[in-house]
Amino acid sequence: MELTTLLYIALLGPLVGSLFAALFGATPKKTFVGIIASALLFAAMLASLTLLTHVITTGEVVRATLFDWINSGNFHLAFSFAVDEITAVMISVVTIVSTMVHIYSIGYMEHDSGFNRFFSYLSAFVFSMMVLVMSDNFLGLFIGWEGVGVCSYLLVGFWYHKRTASWAANEAFIMNRVADLGMLLGIFLIYWNLGTIQYDEVFANVAKLSVETTWWISVLLFIGAMGKSAQFPLHTWLADAMEGPTPVSALIHAATMVTAGVYLVVRSHDLYALVPEIGVFIASLGAFVALFAASMALVNNDLKRVIAYSTLSQLGYMFVAAGLGAYWVALFHLMTHAFFKAALFLGAGNVMHAMHDELDLRKMGGLYKVMKPTAIFMAIASVALAGIPPLAGYFSKDKILEVAFGDAHFLIYGVLLFTALLTAFYSFRLWMMAFHGESRWAKGLHPHEAHKFMLAVIAPLILLAIVSGFMFEDTYKALVSAELPMYMPHMDHSLVLMLAGMTVVLVLMSIGFAVYKYSRGGFSESLQETFIYKLLSNQYYIPLAYEKFLTIPYTRLSELAWKIDQKVVDAIVDFVATTVYKSGEASRNMQTGNLSSMLRLMTFGFILVLGLGLIGTQFGVLGLIVAASAIFLFFVMWFVFYQIKKNLEKAGA
Amino acid sequence: MIGVNHYLILAGILFVIGMIGVIRRKNLLMLFFATEIMLNAANIGFVAVGHYLGDYTGQMFAFFIIAIAASEVAVGLGLLILLYKRKNSIDLDVIQNMNG
Amino acid sequence: MFEAIAFYVFASLTIVMFYITVTTQNALNALTSLAAGMIFISAFFFNLDAEFLGVIQLIVYSGAVMALYAFGMMFLDTNRRLYENHHSAKTVFGLSGVAAVLIVAIFTAPIIGGNAVAAYPGVEALGNTQNVGLVLFTKYLVPFELAAVMLLLAMIAGIVLASKKMDIEEEEEVA
Repeated sequence: MELTTLLYIALLGPLVGSLFAALFGATPKKTFVGIIASALLFAAMLASLTLLTHVITTGEVVRATLFDWINSGNFHLAFSFAVDEITAVMISVVTIVSTMVHIYSIGYMEHDSGFNRFFSYLSAFVFSMMVLVMSDNFLGLFIGWEGVGVCSYLLVGFWYHKRTASWAANEAFIMNRVADLGMLLGIFLIYWNLGTIQYDEVFANVAKLSVETTWWISVLLFIGAMGKSAQFPLHTWLADAMEGPTPVSALIHAATMVTAGVYLVVRSHDLYALVPEIGVFIASLGAFVALFAASMALVNNDLKRVIAYSTLSQLGYMFVAAGLGAYWVALFHLMTHAFFKAALFLGAGNVMHAMHDELDLRKMGGLYKVMKPTAIFMAIASVALAGIPPLAGYFSKDKILEVAFGDAHFLIYGVLLFTALLTAFYSFRLWMMAFHGESRWAKGLHPHEAHKFMLAVIAPLILLAIVSGFMFEDTYKALVSAELPMYMPHMDHSLVLMLAGMTVVLVLMSIGFAVYKYSRGGFSESLQETFIYKLLSNQYYIPLAYEKFLTIPYTRLSELAWKIDQKVVDAIVDFVATTVYKSGEASRNMQTGNLSSMLRLMTFGFILVLGLGLIGTQFGVLGLIVAASAIFLFFVMWFVFYQIKKNLEKAGA
Repeated sequence: MIGVNHYLILAGILFVIGMIGVIRRKNLLMLFFATEIMLNAANIGFVAVGHYLGDYTGQMFAFFIIAIAASEVAVGLGLLILLYKRKNSIDLDVIQNMNG
Repeated sequence: MFEAIAFYVFASLTIVMFYITVTTQNALNALTSLAAGMIFISAFFFNLDAEFLGVIQLIVYSGAVMALYAFGMMFLDTNRRLYENHHSAKTVFGLSGVAAVLIVAIFTAPIIGGNAVAAYPGVEALGNTQNVGLVLFTKYLVPFELAAVMLLLAMIAGIVLASKKMDIEEEEEVA
């Protein structure tokens, strides 16, 4: 099969699935809708994997142009796509995770009335993500960017009748849009200075720009990445986005949308390589976010929120790697993280399904005896997340720590190491609280394991989480070295092994501590009164601050604008309408049906025309204009006086 | 001594008198009288200008106007009679149908 | 000189007559003064060497048209006294005054340019009637025929309007 055909299958398969499901959007659940959407996505996955193998074996970039879009003046743009090494990795990851999530959703959403609508939105999301990663110009990227934003809004707010879900969807979309302004400005700057927005041309010429321009472009593009990948301060939406169904969280907030920011930075590595100071800032911010999120996950009692914070934390890791110049490491971590995080979320979905949508960890416990496969899967995924060899997480995470250490950013290294310990701790805290010990379930709850096929789709993800580290690392390095600089600070091999070993030992100790503590019923209640606990469990009071200092003033401003709109704009429009109406009413009196008055009017018109003709012949066009305006003014004043007289009469009477 | 301007001023005055009648009169028949006055004023104007230009066109126009006026009177009176039969009055204010 | 005297005499008479037509409250007076005015207008035509037209004026206007009006008045059973409701004298006189001023202004502007050339001057040797006939039946033949058709139509219309069938429908409605 031709390569461009494969590209189109990978790109448009999800779109077809989405449109097909949209046909049934208003009808009750039909299982075949889910099956067909998943099948189309499976085809897209096969196409992506074929393209990946092709790129691995031949190193040839597959290009395709759909059709011309903008041809105005000097600016020519087409819907064109290119699958190079970075893109091949991304589309494989996206399609694998998406296919698993789609099949999983057939089971998860089986009792939901919006089943068809869900698949339409989900496939549309995958399509937007494919456009995002497969475009070979910034504008196509932006279209995909906005597309995933819209679809995430639709999906997070899927249960729109829940006020919290609706609010969370709005928060996600608006925060993304705030960041998109920065990204759009960055794209404008690129076009302004370079005259093109195709990746090849931009990155070939980006070195010619002045330092200041490169600074601005990289900062602005990173602002866009901040919104999508939920870096501080635009991070609050990620935890709140857990209001959506769990497959949505697995797809969007583990594997695809939040990684778009990392993809952008990796894609623009030529640009960021020119501004290492910005890179250091990005890395520092990433490290801060990693620690910040991990600290909040320590005390949270909501099952999905803990996993969301862990995603936030791992995103920080990815940005550290990208900021320090090791773009290939960031992409590698992106890949492995997608697998085990999606598996974690799907497992959490199983737990939620079993507990009838109960999310509070304090009300779970002892699920191990009822849901063995899920528990095992989640344990494996947590181990991968913690970074224990030989699972995938170790390979990618450890490389990030290595880069930080080797670059002599010891503070970042220390923060990341501490965060790794926290990560291990809270992952196993989650596992212990959910699966171990006495059951603290609500009365009358009978949890049961999920459908077999739902477990069957988590299995490939777990498998990949286990093997993608040691099996794929070399292929991966060979693949992306064609595109990305294989930056790795040179360190003594023994030093590397020592650091790695120390990390693993500390992580194992942290896991042991968590298991020990929570098998004995966790920490004491009195700790909940301390200031630190309160700070952490209220998310450092940041959402509160946002509400108080941003949302409420803005609402007031909007209400003021609304009042202005009502009083001023509407008044003007109404005034125009009222004028027309009143003048019509006044003119109506001309049609009296009384022959005499009509004759009177006729003579008046006759005199008018005669007079205008006289003035026109004597004084020319200017005189005519003057005369016409004089007559008009006379009429206006007569009308006004007549109104005043009538009002006086009405007031008098 | 008598130039065309004299005749034209006379025609104008007669025209205005006719117009006053058209505006003022409420009886339909009287309205027709006033219309006749206006037509005649126009006739005078035409013939005067035609005479002072030495052109017979003016007299032709007046001729045709007389013909038309005659037929107009015939048809108009016929209609007026029908209206009178229907409404039993030929006062404008009485036969007014619309309310304004 | 006689022309001037004739002009002024007849002019004042005409104006007075027409003024009476327009303002009197007696219907018969109005009719009579209209007829008188028509006759005096034909004097103007005679003054202007348009004898044919003057005679036509007398025959058609003050003969036929006035007779028609007289018959109409008899039929319509108008009272001798016309009760008319006059509201707005101001409007009437205002409009008329302005109209008068305008018309006089227009007419006293020089209207005969020096370059105007007569289109149908007529033959000098013949009298007025022959000249009228000459111009009418050669240059203005088509309007003449059309006027004839129009008169035919007016006649038919008059007959149709006054025919008995309509009378019967009318009486049935009234009854």
